Amino acid sequence: MDWHLLISQMLNGLQLGLLLFLLAAGLTLILGIMDFINLSHGSFYMIGAFFCASLMAITESLIFSIVFAVIGVFAVGALVERFIVRRLYKNDHLDHVLVTFGLILVFDTLAHMIWGSAGRVIPLSDALNGQIEFGGFVIPAYRLLIIVAGLTVAVGLYFLVTRSRLGMLIRAGASNRSMVSALGVNIDRLYLVIFAIGAALAGFAGMLIAPITEASIGMGNEIIIVAFVVVIVGGLGSIKGAFYSAILIGFIDTLGRSYLDDLLKLFISNQSAETAAPALSAMMIYLLMAVVLAFKPQGLFPPGGLNK
Amino acid sequence: MTKNRQLLAATLVAATLASMPATGFADSVKIGFVTTLTTPASVIGEDMQNAVNLAVEHLGGKMAGKDIEIIFEDDGFKPEIGKQKTDKLVKKDDVDFVAGFIWSHVLLASSKTVLDSGKFLISSNAGPSHLAGAGCHANFFSTSWQNDQTPMAMGEVLNTQGVKSLYVMAPNYAAGKNMVAGVERTFKGEIVGKDLTKWGKDKQLDFSAELAKAKASGADGLFIFYPGSAGGAFIKQYQQAGLRDSLPLYSVFTVDSLSLPKFQAANIEGVLGSSSTMFWAPDLDNAANHKFVSDFKAKHGRYPSFYAAQSYDTIMLINSALQATGGNLEDQDALRAAMEKANYDSVRGRYSYGNNHLPVQNFYLRKVVADADGNWTTSIVSTIYENHQDTYASECAL
Repeated sequence: MDWHLLISQMLNGLQLGLLLFLLAAGLTLILGIMDFINLSHGSFYMIGAFFCASLMAITESLIFSIVFAVIGVFAVGALVERFIVRRLYKNDHLDHVLVTFGLILVFDTLAHMIWGSAGRVIPLSDALNGQIEFGGFVIPAYRLLIIVAGLTVAVGLYFLVTRSRLGMLIRAGASNRSMVSALGVNIDRLYLVIFAIGAALAGFAGMLIAPITEASIGMGNEIIIVAFVVVIVGGLGSIKGAFYSAILIGFIDTLGRSYLDDLLKLFISNQSAETAAPALSAMMIYLLMAVVLAFKPQGLFPPGGLNK
Repeated sequence: MTKNRQLLAATLVAATLASMPATGFADSVKIGFVTTLTTPASVIGEDMQNAVNLAVEHLGGKMAGKDIEIIFEDDGFKPEIGKQKTDKLVKKDDVDFVAGFIWSHVLLASSKTVLDSGKFLISSNAGPSHLAGAGCHANFFSTSWQNDQTPMAMGEVLNTQGVKSLYVMAPNYAAGKNMVAGVERTFKGEIVGKDLTKWGKDKQLDFSAELAKAKASGADGLFIFYPGSAGGAFIKQYQQAGLRDSLPLYSVFTVDSLSLPKFQAANIEGVLGSSSTMFWAPDLDNAANHKFVSDFKAKHGRYPSFYAAQSYDTIMLINSALQATGGNLEDQDALRAAMEKANYDSVRGRYSYGNNHLPVQNFYLRKVVADADGNWTTSIVSTIYENHQDTYASECAL
């Protein structure tokens, strides 16, 4: 067993898990509290990346670009909630799916019109493009930054949800929606803020990944499916569940990609292992979801409350 | 009022009559061109489209006196959509030639429709082994290469550079597997690890796990095939992982004129000096290539990619066939015989066709350099193969 490799793969898994958490946090709140299926959540991931790339081209400061791009995505999220999503809460889920699927197409086409097909790169400074070494380990500096930023946001979100008035309303909304509105809470405003925070978190995830891949059209449509799996495994409306299941799925995906072919080679021929491993590792998170749904249909960490 | 209206009607009739001969059926050659015009891969499709339009412009819009009519279709990076669009080109538009096709799996899904209808199919990029070997067809031609050839040339480069052990990464689809098979065929050292990653519309772009494995494998070199935007993502992560000195990169179809301007913008200097093999380069010295590259650069402000070069040649190949038959589109045998001669000035220089209608051509080693204006481009270092024929030609019954 190569421990160095295992630990680097665990860090890679953690990094992927934290990105998934940023996406899934907003998604789980929107699904769990507002009972709204938002397929276009991945579009905010893309918009965040493009905003950040454009700001970066002007300001050449990563921190500055991220701060303003997050504010920008928050605003876009608020506008989408106010003018489109708000009309749909009383409709059934099919309408949510149809409208938000349409939104994906609209956002993708807008991105094509504004930024072109080629995608945008976010250049990093030499320090961030480099590596950090400790205890014989070499890991890319930027991936460490993603882990730190993701953990910081996760901790911030934990305090927001458990220690603030907004968080209290969010938790209350997740466990019993009708009671919250019966108690006279301004539900319209609460929903708007939750939706916009969710969008901003997704946008932030997009900004973090863009310097590694690039800002490209439809980049969010690929990862949003996995984010839905995270939400379902974690339990609808549960931030805690989203966190643990995102990390779990990040590990499963990364470790599957790293070790599954070696594992399969113990049982079947090298050639069939090489063909089967990628297919099987792509499937593993869905297997996990199927198992969770079979034994704990409400997810691993359902929010406490009456109506669940 | 009535007078005006009569006048208008008369003018309309006259205008219609006047325009008839130009758009008339018999006087145009219709070419359907299937490529990817949506998704991030559209950057490739648009490059091909630009090259086709440049070729039409260089021909003055006519082939042997016939107007050129090109119908572009978008395959959306999906085999099933590519097939639908090909069906439409063949049945509804009734084109004379179907060309294009970036992706091997899209071409494989679409080829039967074209070939069963008795029309000509010309691949401007994809070169799956099936169509070169057992599945070859009298009406299938290519202006690119068979998938295995370029990585085979790379295998030879690795041998001469003394690379003893190699880590291999490619996407998990038809062309990816061909690329791996190609380098395995000629590389004499040991392949210490191999990853086939998820591909398609939801392709994998984060290679952290694979790069960590490659690093731990202790290989002398890393061979990759990542076309389009995935290549950009890969190279960035390769640089960020700090592997440039310990694990030199050898790539095919990854570092091209589409990705290099972006690497330059992102300061990914790790790519400078890296090696790749190819049948063509922007600085290949022949008159047709000079004209193509300089006109393309003047129009689009950057170097054309190899996708563009192949697409340009596709139009020129069709033109050579029509010139030979005097514009006769009915005589298929004459058209085929003319295309088999490859009697035109290709941007890669003269080449010939093998029995399977794939080019028998040179392959070069290219390195990434900065040109006189400071722009990053690929430049030819040496010739690896002269007049190389793909290995599947022997399986073709033609």
